[in-house]
Amino acid sequence: MRRPPGFPFPLGEWRRAAGLRMEMALTEQTFEDPGVDNLAKEAHVSDIALSGERAKSAEIDRRQVLGKLGLFDRLFHKLTLSAAVLVLLLLGGVIVSLIQGSLPAIRAFGFGFLASQSWNPVTDNFGAMAPIYGTVTTSLIAMLVAVPVGLGVAVFLTELCPPPLRRPIGMAIELLAGIPSIIYGIWGLFVLAPFLQQYVQPALISTFADTPVLSTLFAGPPYGIGVLTAGLILGVMVLPFVASISRDVFETVPPVLKEAASGIGCTTWEVVRHVVIPYTRVGVIGGVMLGLGRALGETMAVTFVIGNAHKISGSLIAPGTTISATIANEFTEAVGDVYTSSLIELGLILFVITFVVLACARLLLMRIEQKAGA
Amino acid sequence: MSLYGSRRRANILAAALCWAAAIFGLSWLVMILGALVYEGAKGLSPDVFTQMTPPPGGAGGLLNAMAGSLIMSVIGVAVGAPLGMLAGTYMAEYGRYSRLTVAIRFINDILLSAPSIVIGLFVYELMVARMGHFSAISGSVALAILVIPVVLRTTEDMLLLVPGSLREAATALGLPRSYVIQRVAYRAAKSGLVTGVLLAVARVSGETAPLLFTSLNNQFWSLDLNAPMASLPVVIFQFALSPYKDWQQLAWTGALLVTVTVLVLSIAARTLSRQRTSK
Repeated sequence: MRRPPGFPFPLGEWRRAAGLRMEMALTEQTFEDPGVDNLAKEAHVSDIALSGERAKSAEIDRRQVLGKLGLFDRLFHKLTLSAAVLVLLLLGGVIVSLIQGSLPAIRAFGFGFLASQSWNPVTDNFGAMAPIYGTVTTSLIAMLVAVPVGLGVAVFLTELCPPPLRRPIGMAIELLAGIPSIIYGIWGLFVLAPFLQQYVQPALISTFADTPVLSTLFAGPPYGIGVLTAGLILGVMVLPFVASISRDVFETVPPVLKEAASGIGCTTWEVVRHVVIPYTRVGVIGGVMLGLGRALGETMAVTFVIGNAHKISGSLIAPGTTISATIANEFTEAVGDVYTSSLIELGLILFVITFVVLACARLLLMRIEQKAGA
Repeated sequence: MSLYGSRRRANILAAALCWAAAIFGLSWLVMILGALVYEGAKGLSPDVFTQMTPPPGGAGGLLNAMAGSLIMSVIGVAVGAPLGMLAGTYMAEYGRYSRLTVAIRFINDILLSAPSIVIGLFVYELMVARMGHFSAISGSVALAILVIPVVLRTTEDMLLLVPGSLREAATALGLPRSYVIQRVAYRAAKSGLVTGVLLAVARVSGETAPLLFTSLNNQFWSLDLNAPMASLPVVIFQFALSPYKDWQQLAWTGALLVTVTVLVLSIAARTLSRQRTSK
């Protein structure tokens, strides 16, 4: 019989002890089974041959332990499965409860809710047009800021940035994404809005006073707060999402493609323009839509600076409102079924819009992931 | 020669614009952090940590709001993180190739970026409307619902990174599947799992919208989970929009505290996950 080098006991005992040790290790933390413990002690005392009865009881113990293990195994499987199903139920629950909550408003206004501009708690007459308009306008302004800058940052990080700076700058951009939205809100209210009111908006008003279309876009007194300010803040918030997703997507381009383009004499810009962007177009659009989804649903940053006025104004510097800001501002003060349920219906509309945008974004991003994997 | 010149110019212009974009992006971070530190540090005093939120126009601190935030975040993470982890375990270990997993991943990604105010409305309908009053526990539930998708996503990703040979080796020793997962896969992915929880805590500690109409606010010291409870973000919201200078100062200080917490947590999470990938 060969022994493992440097091993003092006979091999049989070593094996048995090792087996028992493993069983003990398996059982000691989970089960308080005195049987196994005793067996382990006895096994140390006794020699290789166990008496018949002991062998039998060991067999029974073994079966018990295995049975428990099997039971625990199945339980754990079911536990994880039910947690996974819970996520699906959660989404279902959100949709069902929002529909349920908005039933009174749906009954009262029907589809007219979507087209009506009025918002009058006194006469209980509500319409979603103004908040929807505000949500869409602020998000569009945000994307106008975030998409070009975000793409620029992504190109910078993947193509131009000196390697030692790449990681810190990437991290800083991601930190910008992690700052809670209420911080953007308070900063927008106390720093950005006064700045815009004092310097930017008067300049915009006087510059475009005589231009036909732009004069209506920048009409009215400079309040500081309003649709434009909210859109800018949103743009800053969405920027890191667009930048970091585009960067990840740009990194999926096989280096050999870029090298081939450089090899035939393309400049860096031409490589980006004719190789990187066409290759990643789907993913970039996905990233942009993901950012749009964020912008549409963003609440606190907007609530601070939008001004909360329920009217559709042609001017971008006038106060307005968005779906999320309306809910945040009015929900706790809403009295009466119809008022509350109108706000919940606004929430439902917001959820449906963002759901569609985010679902499209995910489908597009899944396509580029498959491409990268293939 | 002129073609060459125009291509060169286009290249230089594009590079300059990209540099400008990066500087523009970073300057926001600097401006926001700068304003926060400048305005927030002015109000930083022991009172902030020892006094309750003041009545209008008075002086005070943020103690009850900090305690409330802490309590609700802890409960939210304690409820949400295990659920997210179990669901992520199912997706990575048991149902890796099943259709259910694909569906859940899709739904989870949507929940991850769904507007948090809608989650607030959901919890309002689910709990507040039925109980008849605002309560800290419903705020915790809202936060837990926000924790689940974050933890689920990182758990799944991290477990998928654990090499299959480790699981096979453990299975060959006769370990039951649940033990393979708990003793081998979880251990191998430990720092990744911690990262997920840290990210979730960071996300939750700054959330305002879902708390506005679940836990509401409370001017006084309260540890009752069945009653409204103050939280830092909601207090910041209320105080910042008030006309009182003292309140606005407290809002800035609170904002500084929240930001520091969130940044420390997310930097810790990133350092942890980088250690893992560099190994």
